[in-house]
Amino acid sequence: MTGTLTLLRLALRRDRVLLPAWIVVIVGVVVASASAIAELYPQAGQRIALGVTIGAAPALQALTGPVFDASSVGGLTAWRGVAMTSVLAALMSLLTVIRHTRAEEETGRAELVGACAVGRHALAASAVLLAAAANLLIALLITVGLAGQGLPPAGALAFGLAVGGTGWVFTGVALLAAQLTEHARTARAIAAAALGLAFLLRALGDAAKVEMLAWLSPLGWAQRMRAFAGERWWVVALFAVAGAVLVAAAALVARRRDLGSGLVPARPGVTEAAPSLRSPMALAWRLQRGVLLGWSVGFAVVGLLFGALARSVGDIVGDNPQLAAILAAMGGAGALTDTFLAAELGLLGLVAGAYAVQATLRLQGEEAALRAEPVLATAVARRRWILSHLVMALGGSAMVLAAGGLAAGIAHGLRIGDPFGQGGRMLGAALVQVPATWTLAGIAMLLFGLLPRLTVLAWVALLAFALLGQLGELLQLADWVRDLSPFAHVPRALGQPLDLGPLLWLGAVTAALLLAGMTAFQRRDVQGG
Amino acid sequence: MANTPAVLISGLTKHYGTVRALDGLDLTVRTGEVHGFLGPNGSGKTTTLRILLGLLRAGSGHAELLGGDPWRDAVELHRRLAYVPGDVVLWPSLSGGEAIDLLGRLRGGLDPRRKAALLERFDLDPGRKGRAYSKGNRQKVALIAALASDVELLLLDEPTSGLDPLMEAVFREVIGEERARGRTVLLSSHVLSEVEALCDQVTIIRDGRAVQTGTLAELRHLTRITISAELERAPDGLAGLAGVHDLIAEGPRVRCQVDGEHLQAVLRVLTDAGVRTLTCQPATLEELFLRHYQVAA
Repeated sequence: MTGTLTLLRLALRRDRVLLPAWIVVIVGVVVASASAIAELYPQAGQRIALGVTIGAAPALQALTGPVFDASSVGGLTAWRGVAMTSVLAALMSLLTVIRHTRAEEETGRAELVGACAVGRHALAASAVLLAAAANLLIALLITVGLAGQGLPPAGALAFGLAVGGTGWVFTGVALLAAQLTEHARTARAIAAAALGLAFLLRALGDAAKVEMLAWLSPLGWAQRMRAFAGERWWVVALFAVAGAVLVAAAALVARRRDLGSGLVPARPGVTEAAPSLRSPMALAWRLQRGVLLGWSVGFAVVGLLFGALARSVGDIVGDNPQLAAILAAMGGAGALTDTFLAAELGLLGLVAGAYAVQATLRLQGEEAALRAEPVLATAVARRRWILSHLVMALGGSAMVLAAGGLAAGIAHGLRIGDPFGQGGRMLGAALVQVPATWTLAGIAMLLFGLLPRLTVLAWVALLAFALLGQLGELLQLADWVRDLSPFAHVPRALGQPLDLGPLLWLGAVTAALLLAGMTAFQRRDVQGG
Repeated sequence: MANTPAVLISGLTKHYGTVRALDGLDLTVRTGEVHGFLGPNGSGKTTTLRILLGLLRAGSGHAELLGGDPWRDAVELHRRLAYVPGDVVLWPSLSGGEAIDLLGRLRGGLDPRRKAALLERFDLDPGRKGRAYSKGNRQKVALIAALASDVELLLLDEPTSGLDPLMEAVFREVIGEERARGRTVLLSSHVLSEVEALCDQVTIIRDGRAVQTGTLAELRHLTRITISAELERAPDGLAGLAGVHDLIAEGPRVRCQVDGEHLQAVLRVLTDAGVRTLTCQPATLEELFLRHYQVAA
């Protein structure tokens, strides 16, 4: 462990902008939600009415979890904020840990450091300390921030610990993932898949009212700490133990492997390239096909689960006469199912945006790793090289959405006896998300062409769109602010005729962004070592 | 076409922000020659090659490659050249053999027999994944991909960094054969023995400018020759002669450095004193090189 503190200082220096930005966003979202709810729903009666509406919307509960206490401002803030900010804290933790462990090993920088008077586990220890400190700080700031709004301090503390605790568990998840493979990219994919699974378990558990499922997920624990609604303090121990066990498991694995290698050894390759590997497109396909396959399977699984659940949504509500009245006003059980499925597709669209961004930014990854240089030194025009990865980004995001929509439609259709009809209907509805998703590829492309060092802004844009979609309505933000997100313009595709207009102009905006980015890249220097 | 130089650069500049990477560089590589491009780290060698490849946009000045504009005609020109970067990074998921084939095909095709022969000579296992190769082996992958292509011009950026001495010898052999086949080579390097063994012409670059250019013989002529002699008696008036430097005379034993153009006069004095043994060493490139840089420092 020698040298851990020095490495921690190095990590702090490298993350001096990124980490504070994460913390500010996470804490800011919580505090802003609390003050908005206090302002917009000042009377207990209004809040309880809102709680009833939420109870009538399983789709919303799948996203945010149940309301434990709608009567208090704190209870509503916890309902709205815990699910989302826990996911953000988990993302922050897993990206931070992998950035400072596996990514360092992959680039060889860890070797440089490891040759100094530095303990074997110092790098991992410094990354864990960094992530743990960030999560503690988040917990502390949330507590102070919410208590500062006049909310009960105990609830504020529970809220903070729920978010920080989730971050801590995913610190362990990421450290373990970092031990398993040689590549940071794969490690991130594993950790992100674990986060996706946790989200899915909680969403299914909450939407279908299966408590067991939700308890399988750290995100479910975060909500079940019941901040502002009779806090369950023992859940803190659950977080602490789970995170510690994961970190210990990672340390065990780390002891069994060499620096730079993963637990899963790399297999030998072929000695000659297949005849088809002869174009930039073939190379882009080769580099991205594994990721695309993983995402498609993930989307299909999520689609199947939500599709299978969709019909039950009507039943759950049916028990409650008050909800049934609201439901009837909305157009009956069929409309509710459609609302649920549409909400699920909206979520998939947003996540597909993440696919589009990462696939487009492969360009930047290849350039920064100096792998673009040998390709561009052959008879490959820059435009062709760009197009090869863009095809993967645009085609791939359409493909994952299609997989999710089709799976949801078939699963739902099997339950109501119309698998083909529903499959087709949901496939179409999923593809309606495509232009908004592509807009993110356009933003990433423009950044890559103009500001290759700031491509991280594409992720910031995605996060901003997600927050606008999640919080815009609740915070009653001005329309023009909410309209900044391309996802705000995706027309309803289920249960009413499709409005093609927004799709066309979103497509036009995307095309303009892509073209501008490509032109800028064709004019600029290729970054060197 | 034979008269068109393969590379013609004059007054080339390039800035990265406020840092001046190239400062009026002149460089001419004639078709069919092996041209050594020497300079210390950070002197602008890689920047020059990257401009020739159209990866960087030139500042002011003129750069011409195989009679074309390296920026505008990049794709057409790249069919006729092969490039080995100084820092070879391979795709982690592709094997070395796949990377060789891919790069060759992207350039417009490679000769499978030549590839097989080169794999043999460089003793490379093409079946390993990119991540598993050492630096030297990654270098070999890029070298084989470049050398197995049928191109007019090879642009090599410190191609032997990371190769062991045995492989360096193979590299020299191969480049010798390429020269015999009439290919033009621009070889950036700071391995002086390599440049000395391979290159017809040498350009030395410092701080983004060419400080010396010519054949090795011409460059040597400009420099000093080390003489050590054992004589029958102490020589007369050696210290006073023009062009004699660093004279160490211990009676009949003499050691000194002589400017090329004064060699004859010095030898006359020595033979007058009766020569028993005499060694006369032309400056190595290393001495030449160090002199340029020490003057600068």
